[in-house]
Amino acid sequence: MDRPIRVVVAKPGLDGHDRGAKVVARALRDAGMEVIYTGLRQTPEQIVETAIQEDADVVAMSILSGAHNHLFPKVVKLLNEKGADDILIVGGGVIPEDDIPGLIEAGIAAIFTPGTPTSVTIDFIKNNLKRN
Amino acid sequence: MDIKAGLLNGDKRACARLISLIENEDAQAVELLKELYSMTGNARVIGITGPPGAGKSTVTDKLAKLLRKRNKKVGIIAVDPTSPFTGGAILGDRVRMSDLNTDPGVFIRSMGTRGALGGLSKAANAAVKVLDIFGMDYIFIETVGVGQSEVDIVKLADTVVMVMVPGLGDDIQAIKAGIMEIGDVFAVNKSDRDGAERTATEIEVMLDFNRGAAYRPPVVNIIAKDNNNIDKLMEAIDDHYEYMQNSGNYKIRKRNSLKTEIIDIFKYNVVKSIEQKSENTNIIDQLVELALDKSIDPYTAALRLLKELRSTES
Ligand SMILES: Nc1nc2c(ncn2[C@@H]2O[C@H](COP(=O)(O)OP(=O)(O)OP(=O)(O)O)[C@@H](O)[C@H]2O)c(=O)[nH]1
Ligand SMILES: [Mg+2]
Repeated sequence: MDRPIRVVVAKPGLDGHDRGAKVVARALRDAGMEVIYTGLRQTPEQIVETAIQEDADVVAMSILSGAHNHLFPKVVKLLNEKGADDILIVGGGVIPEDDIPGLIEAGIAAIFTPGTPTSVTIDFIKNNLKRN
Repeated sequence: MDIKAGLLNGDKRACARLISLIENEDAQAVELLKELYSMTGNARVIGITGPPGAGKSTVTDKLAKLLRKRNKKVGIIAVDPTSPFTGGAILGDRVRMSDLNTDPGVFIRSMGTRGALGGLSKAANAAVKVLDIFGMDYIFIETVGVGQSEVDIVKLADTVVMVMVPGLGDDIQAIKAGIMEIGDVFAVNKSDRDGAERTATEIEVMLDFNRGAAYRPPVVNIIAKDNNNIDKLMEAIDDHYEYMQNSGNYKIRKRNSLKTEIIDIFKYNVVKSIEQKSENTNIIDQLVELALDKSIDPYTAALRLLKELRSTES
């Protein structure tokens, strides 16, 4: 594939830090991807609309506030409702180990907890795209 | 996905997919645009340009909201530079337009410059057509006003808004060369800051050099982040459009931009077919060798290349 991978990097929820999301955004850019950065406090509806209008291959979300069990699956559900089930969805942030199986079950392809090297995230995205 | 049916039925996914096909230079996109070209021409296209961080996205967001109150549908194409080293990009203009994300009458698309041979203005031009066919009444194109390729893009617009800010100082001089000229309306944003009046005056002084012209671009002080004077800015944009219509300059501008577009597509196709051809025959390599040992000059080599292409085309 010679076109760049398009990734929406989003911060759902109410927490006010996007340092982590920005680090990921820069790493993905440096890996040759087009990163659509959405800024803080996005609702699932906003994230889904952005992903559709940007024709994203990937939605990467990060949450520190603890609302992941609600917000991540909501994004998956809304994307599926819109027929956009060919978008790879990954999550990151402060997420307890115990919550991860449930999130995977809900359709998040992978969860990257703090300390995961960005190269792991990049490789995962490259190897798991749902479109070519 | 049936892109054509989706596009004509207001399906944002179809619209988005078609823009991707354009960016990826997919032949299917060209076929669709050929088929639907006669449906274009209903949207008003507004270019928003100016130095980095001047508030272009904030201005676009506020203008779009004003137009939404008037029940107009709004398309936005926001262009950010692609890294020439990695091919990646961070497209961050949506951060200032978050409230518009879920508005059914708004479609926002971020584009990286991707850096192919004049490719961007070709892609942006095509994306404007897509949004036009999609039924948008107004289409904004945001680009950073720094280089020629950006200038080429906003030239597609019916009206170009140059967003300036206080304290540019000598930068005004720098921006002036070749870029200030394309402004149809000047917005001095961040007029909550010191020096806004002075910046407006400096722009006026610059415009004085062109005093004899039939149209003088207005200079509007705005505070985009507070939605201050955005209605006045819109009025200035509308006035420019009306002037263009009444003076006949609108037709002239359309004609010029079509001419540029056709020549761009032509150039692109020529370069493309040279690339494809030389994949098969090494024709360029052969010509290079001949020019290297001086049995041919580069001028003749280029002509021979053109002839070679023609012979395979007919
Ligand atoms: N003080 C002040 N700040 C403003 C105003 N309008 C926008 N800003 C701020 O200026 C910064 C840049 O705004 P953007 O709208 O992103 O500017 P831009 O020109 O689109 O930036 P790039 O696309 O990165 O070149 C943001 O922090 C805005 O909040 C204004 O009227 N006054
Ligand atoms: Mg911007």
